[in-house]
Amino acid sequence: MPVSVSTVMLRVVYALIPGLIAYIWFFGWGVVVNILFAVAIALGCEAAMLAIRDRPLKPFLTDGSALVTAVLLAISIPPLSPWWITLIGTAFAIIVAKQLYGGLGYNTFNPAMVGYVLLLISFPVEMTSWQAPLMLITQHSLGFLDALRIIFGGGLPDGLRLDALTTATPLDTLKTQIKLDHNVDDIISTAPIFGHFGGKGGEWISAGFLLGGLWLLYKRVINWHIPTAMIGALLGMALIFFIIDPAHYPSPLFHLFSGATLLGAFFIATDPVTAPASTRGRLLYGALIGVLVYVIRTWGGYPDAVAFAVLLMNLATPTIDYYIHSRVFGHGENRKD
Amino acid sequence: MIRRLWKFNGGVHLPAHKEESASHPVRRAPLPKRLILPLHQHIGESAEAVVKAGDRVLKGQMIAHAKGFVSAPVHAPSSGVVVETGDLPVPHPSGLSAPCIVIETDGADQWTQLQTHGDYTRLDPSALRNIIREAGIVGLGGAGFPSFIKLNPGPGKAVNTLILNGVECEPYITCDDMLMRERAPDIIAGLRIIRHALRARECIVAIEDNKPGAYAAMCAAAAGTDIHVVQVPTIYPAGGEKQLIKVLTGMEVPGNGLPIHIGVVCHNVGTAAAVYRAVEYGEPLISRYMTITGGNIAQPRNLEVLIGTPVKDLLDECGWNPATLDRLLMGGPMMGFALPGDDVPVIKTTNCILAMTAADSQPQRPVMPCIRCGACADACPVNLLPQQLYWHAHAKDLDKVQEYNLFDCIECGCCSYVCPSNIPLVHYYRYAKTEIWAKEREKQKAEAARLRYEFRLQRIEREKTERAAKHTQKKEELTAAPVDPSGTKKAAIVAAMERAQAKREEVKSEE
Ligand code: SF4
Ligand code: SF4
Repeated sequence: MPVSVSTVMLRVVYALIPGLIAYIWFFGWGVVVNILFAVAIALGCEAAMLAIRDRPLKPFLTDGSALVTAVLLAISIPPLSPWWITLIGTAFAIIVAKQLYGGLGYNTFNPAMVGYVLLLISFPVEMTSWQAPLMLITQHSLGFLDALRIIFGGGLPDGLRLDALTTATPLDTLKTQIKLDHNVDDIISTAPIFGHFGGKGGEWISAGFLLGGLWLLYKRVINWHIPTAMIGALLGMALIFFIIDPAHYPSPLFHLFSGATLLGAFFIATDPVTAPASTRGRLLYGALIGVLVYVIRTWGGYPDAVAFAVLLMNLATPTIDYYIHSRVFGHGENRKD
Repeated sequence: MIRRLWKFNGGVHLPAHKEESASHPVRRAPLPKRLILPLHQHIGESAEAVVKAGDRVLKGQMIAHAKGFVSAPVHAPSSGVVVETGDLPVPHPSGLSAPCIVIETDGADQWTQLQTHGDYTRLDPSALRNIIREAGIVGLGGAGFPSFIKLNPGPGKAVNTLILNGVECEPYITCDDMLMRERAPDIIAGLRIIRHALRARECIVAIEDNKPGAYAAMCAAAAGTDIHVVQVPTIYPAGGEKQLIKVLTGMEVPGNGLPIHIGVVCHNVGTAAAVYRAVEYGEPLISRYMTITGGNIAQPRNLEVLIGTPVKDLLDECGWNPATLDRLLMGGPMMGFALPGDDVPVIKTTNCILAMTAADSQPQRPVMPCIRCGACADACPVNLLPQQLYWHAHAKDLDKVQEYNLFDCIECGCCSYVCPSNIPLVHYYRYAKTEIWAKEREKQKAEAARLRYEFRLQRIEREKTERAAKHTQKKEELTAAPVDPSGTKKAAIVAAMERAQAKREEVKSEE
């Protein structure tokens, strides 16, 4: 049976659940507060913009696309970010990156990533002071009300200091330490923020997103081309440099389970609106995102690279579509395959 | 025999809805009071009427003859009197009226003298083609291309594979299924005649694997011959000509080519049965099997229907409810088209009358913007990029849509079916095609007008020089013969002046 747009979007949200559970497990209630707040803002902005643009409210508010944008953005920002970070990012994503481009289906850039990059550039301090996994915050437990209080400006609970609460992300830590000429293996085994292959907790969250992504593939909500090409290219790049110099370049596995690699591969790069239409175009698009992620992570100035890589390739999508079409039935070679 | 089969891209699995109409044996529809016979029931030029109001006609008598090469004659499906010739509503997507012959039947159903032809194997292919042409047989599977043309491979082209299409992949329709179950020997006999005409090396009958009854009947009828009866997997549109050829042979018909270019010819099972009746008994094509079905029909079934029977007679015969009728289609739900009313007649290519209630169609979801999800491209059996086609058709960019191979689109509707945004994609493609054809015609007209204009300029120029030449010649004659017996000279001058005046007027009146 054919599905509707809202079914597609809802399935994307369902597929995020395993990763989200792991995320909440490791980082606590701030994640939930962020998501709920972002969804409320997204729907509010969407409704306001639809009203201004004189579009019917019901079909577009219920299509689920604003929901997906809000959840993806909320996942991307640090769990205990102040409320105005979420507000600015979400509002910008929906109002500017989506509705001003013409609404559902017409946006050139992935709205959630636009919102994220805007925040990263404007508020680098807030956006890079990542909350430490709960296991590393020993002085104080962090309940739902604590999270609400921190996010909405009520200050920290007694006995909890900011420097204990936040830490640099694993990718960030690695980058700074490598610059100080430390060996990758030493860095990973000494700093408490690292887990088995990636960041502590991060690797489980990534595994959750991988699981959800595979379910999306199974449900045919997404095609295999973009995730496979992106992961393949990233692993390929990582492998080459890892073989050349394992002391300065972390292993492919580390890249796979760190940062937003798996979230990006299955949930962000696959956003159909901003990706090429043809099969070969999607392969190229995915592969270039993978390469860019590696390049920006390794030599760029920002900690994670998925958002930049995706946005850059969004920009290339029309060009890719222009040059790459699929082979039409009865055009080209007649081979018995 | 197990044959290797191939796959085409995409396609969709649709709810079949075939049980409803395929569970009763086919019976003859009652003789209607009026038969309405459009002169244009096929691809190509309209037939030309050879009877007029008041003429008495017999069953099987030719009432309109083929005009031009790509055309097919029309015969009286029953005896009676021609009561009217003129424009009437016809079953066509455009909903326009077109010339028809109307016969009031007399109930006697009296045949005209039919001419039989004896043993077909003694006839040469061109004689066979002529018989089939005169019988008015067109492709009964859908488009209605005059069949005799597809019995002529053309000079220097050998036919490797002759495919008889009994796939019938569209939901609801079961007339080919029933025909194969009930008249398999006729179909196989027709196939052998077609093969004889084409000198085809290999014959395949293709049937979708959801029709075990038809498959068994056809296997039994083909037993002892070298005809392969093959089951193909059920997926829409496996019955599309190019898709079926791909499935059976692994070859793709070139985008702007015909099956014959790769040594393949396809005919429909119904066509084969009609060929058999025409060659063996001299019967022209005046009736066919037809499915009357849909949620609005009380007893969905197949009927053997005279061409020209009004749709309403068939609906009445099977029981319908005008109050709950939501859509009345000719053809299936995917490729059929809405009828302007129930007063139109059925024609040679009508395989199904589908009367739907609102509950039959999917609930109408609102149309949303394209989210470029690519579901349409994944479903397209021709590997097109339906969303790009839609984009450019929507923007009325007629050059771009052609760049994206609009004319390879077979309008199967798979893309619209799977689209989560519920965009009626095929409507846009049909619209773009019509626009392009209209533009083409305009261009041809303008081109013809330009040529006419240039010819005229040339002619005027030529006449001028001719006149001048004549003038000087006359002058020379005059000087050469100064002495003239006066009367003749004057008369010649007057006559010349009159001629020139007439010419001028002629030129003027053309302007
Ligand atoms: S299926 Fe519909 S929404 Fe998806 S790409 Fe095609 S036209 Fe767009
Ligand atoms: S209607 Fe045309 S574009 Fe759509 S699936 Fe069929 S062939 Fe492809």
